[in-house]
Amino acid sequence: MRIVVIGTGMAGVRFAADLRAGDPGFRHEITMFGAEPEPAYNRILLSSVLADTFPLRDIALPAAPDGVHMRVGRSVTEVDRAARVVRTENGATEYDVLVFATGSTPVVPPIPGLRGAAGLTPGAFTFRTASDCRAILAAARPGGNAVVLGGGPLGVEAARALAGRGMAVDLVHQQTHLLQRHLDPVAGRILAMALTAHGVRVHLDTAVTAVSGEERVSAVRLTDDTVLSCELLVAACGTRPEVALARACGLAVNGGVVVDDRMRSITDPAVYAVGDCAEHRGVVHGLVEPAWEQASRAAADIGGWSPEPRDRPVLPVLRLKAQDIDLAAMGDSAVVDEVDDPATEVVVFADPARRRYKKLVLRAGVIVGAVFMGDTGTMGTVTDLFDRARPAPADPAALLFDLATSGDSTEQVVCRCNGVTAKTILACEGRTVSEVARRTRATTGCGGCAGDVAALLTRASAKDPFASLAAATVNGAS
Amino acid sequence: MLDSVAAGVATHCPYCALQCAMTVRPDATVRPRPFPAGGGLCVKGWTSGSLLDSPHRLTTPLIRDGRDGPLRPAQWDEALSLIAARLAALRAEHGPDAVAVFGGGGLTNEKAYQLGKFARVALRTSRIDYNGRFCMSSAAAAGNRAFGIDRGLPFPVADIADAGAVLLVGCNVAETMPPITRHLNAQRAKGGTLIVVDPRRTATARLADLHLRPHPGTDLALACGLAHLVIADGHHDLDYIERRTTGFDALRRVLAHYWPERVERVTGVPVAAQRAAAAALAGARTALVMTGRGTEQHSNGTDTVQAWINLALALGLPGAPGSGYGCVTGQGNGQGGREHGQKADQLPGYRSIRDDADRAHVAAVWGVRPDDLPGPGQSAYELLDGLGTADGSRALLVFGSNPVVSAPNAGHIERALRGLDLLVVADFVLSETAAIADVVLPVCQWAEESGTITNLEGRVIRRRRARPAPPGVRDELDVVADLARRLGAPGFDADPETVFAELGAASSGGRADYAGITYDRLDQGDGVFWPCPSADHPGTPRLFAERFATLDGRAVFHPVEYAPVTERPDAEFPLRLTTGRVLAHYQSGAQTRRIDELAAAEGAVFVQLNPANAAELGVRDGDMVRVRTRRGAAIAAARVTDDVPVDTVFMPFHWAGDGRANLLTDPKLDPVSGMPAFKVCAARVDRAGERAS
Repeated sequence: MRIVVIGTGMAGVRFAADLRAGDPGFRHEITMFGAEPEPAYNRILLSSVLADTFPLRDIALPAAPDGVHMRVGRSVTEVDRAARVVRTENGATEYDVLVFATGSTPVVPPIPGLRGAAGLTPGAFTFRTASDCRAILAAARPGGNAVVLGGGPLGVEAARALAGRGMAVDLVHQQTHLLQRHLDPVAGRILAMALTAHGVRVHLDTAVTAVSGEERVSAVRLTDDTVLSCELLVAACGTRPEVALARACGLAVNGGVVVDDRMRSITDPAVYAVGDCAEHRGVVHGLVEPAWEQASRAAADIGGWSPEPRDRPVLPVLRLKAQDIDLAAMGDSAVVDEVDDPATEVVVFADPARRRYKKLVLRAGVIVGAVFMGDTGTMGTVTDLFDRARPAPADPAALLFDLATSGDSTEQVVCRCNGVTAKTILACEGRTVSEVARRTRATTGCGGCAGDVAALLTRASAKDPFASLAAATVNGAS
Repeated sequence: MLDSVAAGVATHCPYCALQCAMTVRPDATVRPRPFPAGGGLCVKGWTSGSLLDSPHRLTTPLIRDGRDGPLRPAQWDEALSLIAARLAALRAEHGPDAVAVFGGGGLTNEKAYQLGKFARVALRTSRIDYNGRFCMSSAAAAGNRAFGIDRGLPFPVADIADAGAVLLVGCNVAETMPPITRHLNAQRAKGGTLIVVDPRRTATARLADLHLRPHPGTDLALACGLAHLVIADGHHDLDYIERRTTGFDALRRVLAHYWPERVERVTGVPVAAQRAAAAALAGARTALVMTGRGTEQHSNGTDTVQAWINLALALGLPGAPGSGYGCVTGQGNGQGGREHGQKADQLPGYRSIRDDADRAHVAAVWGVRPDDLPGPGQSAYELLDGLGTADGSRALLVFGSNPVVSAPNAGHIERALRGLDLLVVADFVLSETAAIADVVLPVCQWAEESGTITNLEGRVIRRRRARPAPPGVRDELDVVADLARRLGAPGFDADPETVFAELGAASSGGRADYAGITYDRLDQGDGVFWPCPSADHPGTPRLFAERFATLDGRAVFHPVEYAPVTERPDAEFPLRLTTGRVLAHYQSGAQTRRIDELAAAEGAVFVQLNPANAAELGVRDGDMVRVRTRRGAAIAAARVTDDVPVDTVFMPFHWAGDGRANLLTDPKLDPVSGMPAFKVCAARVDRAGERAS
């Protein structure tokens, strides 16, 4: 079959790789069109590039496998579903199956001065593509002023990254706290404190009413008429699915291209949609995990094999990529307390001074939401339970703190290699370590307990031999 | 540190691959000698002599008359005649592959070699494999692919003590190889960093400066994630990569997929811990990356080991002084046992049974035509799984192994073994596999045999006869030579030194070249590291200083990708079962369960259960629980501890009967190495009864 994919982002590339992997006989010919001028790359890492924790040159995705024709820098201008043809300015390509993986585009708010006739005012950028990233990096300079619009995940990451590059950053957010879809107000406040500590000034519950500057951005004005001067402005005001082409060719489009459980358009069985541009069961995701799963599902459907079975769909977990601000949020993480929902149990540990916040939201004993900020030691277990809807422990404290409580304190094995207990060693009171070794074999394995044995023997001649046991069992089975 | 050694014979411990040196005294007690870990012995080593005069010893062949009859004592001649006649008949009726051989990683090099030759020359069967397939095969396959050679540690074990950083992956040496911990203790005392990767808080993890706890079965993603961080931070060794490796660009692109937040999601290892581990490895003067069964015994074990090798290569470790990658071999002769022809696809000297030149070389040594050698056979589980089926073998000869306990999906394998036309087991106790055999042959223990072992370092050492075998017991070399003679195949010798010389000739020019090693040389010092191609060659303690064993001399980066290949927990089987070892026992426990002191230390099977799971199930510490998987059920005492994470349960596999962990394990195989997925499968636990008082 001839398969055409529109989009060379994370979802489109995964789709092609999966389909090719399951098609060793090259029954399918895959052609991919990408509007961006460069080879497919890993968009997820752009925040890390901006933060200087990942090199831009390394973000390229693996080369297209054999039998996949990559056409980058070619925008599809029209889809003719009746003729099963897509058109670019270079010509027409026929398809048997068409896959939309067009992703999403940044929202640019209608603020006076932000947009000119030729697009965004110089000095103002969205943050979506590799070329956005390059342009921001070119405009950023240590000591300069930057304004970031939007206190969602991308805005917070951009603000932190620019601050890390030595800029004075103002983060402007219309809501009363940051990441309000993921965090409750207390958690949002602690995040703001953490950002402030890293040199980001946070302006909440306010908006930019105007952007000023003749040839370049020079300042923004806020609702209360505060003026923030800046030479760099990043608009991180959310994205919307890129569905113009799909809509123009008559597919059912709601928030995204409406697809069934096989990721096929409900309008045309020869058309699929995956990733940020797709709407499945009323949901448009904006994260890579569900996009990859949809891509694999579509590839399996087209390739004619069974998709990876799943008990339940992949649940997105928000994981902030901001240096020194460790933050994860999943599920119904913004629920404040039981007042919102009597069936809900909320467990919170808040430690603003140390920028720590941990929270579990439970329903019927199952974790339905969680936040970890500042200390993510137990997050792996919590995410695993959350993903699988497994019952949480009766005492959820064990999920908030990594308490290494275990160890059979009654055994008090000092020499693990030879199973010698403290009691046995204490019974050798008055002997040397090597005499104890001869009698009990303690210290004759790895020898790591030699110090403990000596300490026990010393204390054995003192009055309270058991006082030292806790210290002495460090290398044993405690 | 201990009394001066009294009269006795210098040999090595019968158990793990560390092969601690010991002196066996006339009264069957043992004393340590200072090698290779400075004179330590664990409780297994100390008590090893107590099985020599044990009433559990077999001292006469046993024969079962009819399928359901009891085993009865028999004379050697009757037993061997019976075996030879039945094998000849089966071969005549069904072809040579009707007979299969199953070896072990505890056999000496001479016995492993003789067994491979016996299968190919006397039986002419392709069907020979061994229990090392369940041990080392993934690391072996990855090592061959990346370095062109498979020597567990390509450096002496003492290098550990001087390493700036040590990364131990799925490798609980503090329990499985305790004296090696001396080197880790020394390393930490010198200021080195120890990083342990293990889902469980093991005795080894307790020693670590940093303990990473991935969900079972996700190590591959963690390895890729650490390599991603090393490269992202610019800590990869570009000069080394340029001079000594190939394939880095493709790897680098694949690694872009393993950003730390994604790896955290897959593995459960926090980003901060990943960064700390990557920084410690990158910042160390010298670093060692070492893997064990925990990361290897998976149906993607080869790729997982490759991912750790990729990390080591990106850091420029293999071949650099004081640094490297190594696999910590498990069984006593796990290294030598896989080099000399017990493996289905190999000929002595690590030669390939598929390669014409290799076949011609070995055929010449054996005095047969190359075309008479069979081709590659089945891997261990495939061989056992096929027994008694239309294409499967109808007779099996087992030497030094106890698959009724140690094979995955053991209930199924036990049924297959019971259904054979002929099962022959050579052992020195009545193991669970021997107990269901048609013929049992009593053979020597370690202190009664002479030969060589190749330890985890690739160091060939002498095993010396300290005592005569009890009357009625024969050495496997003698048994195999006798059987070969009865089958009309000449050229099998029973003298170990003669067999070793023949092994040397067969290995000459191969990857594991022993040609320059003689008993005389071994008797003069602490062994010789292979390759040692000639009498004047000093041996090779450190490999890869100049070049790797690949055609172009460069190590190979293979890009590998994580996929969730493990059996997925679901509503019926919501837990992850992982299996392994405890300090007091060895392998299937056939030896160690029969030693009173060890049985007293760990007398029965248990299952580690997190307190959260125990509370959910209403289980108290010590209660009996039933552990179930899609293969079967086992009974064990609950040990409630947060040494295991929530939803992960651990069972040691040393026990028999309905306490067999391997009744539960998943036989899904690694496509490259044939390694089963011992280390993770979906399970459930239910309370079965009160604590036994």
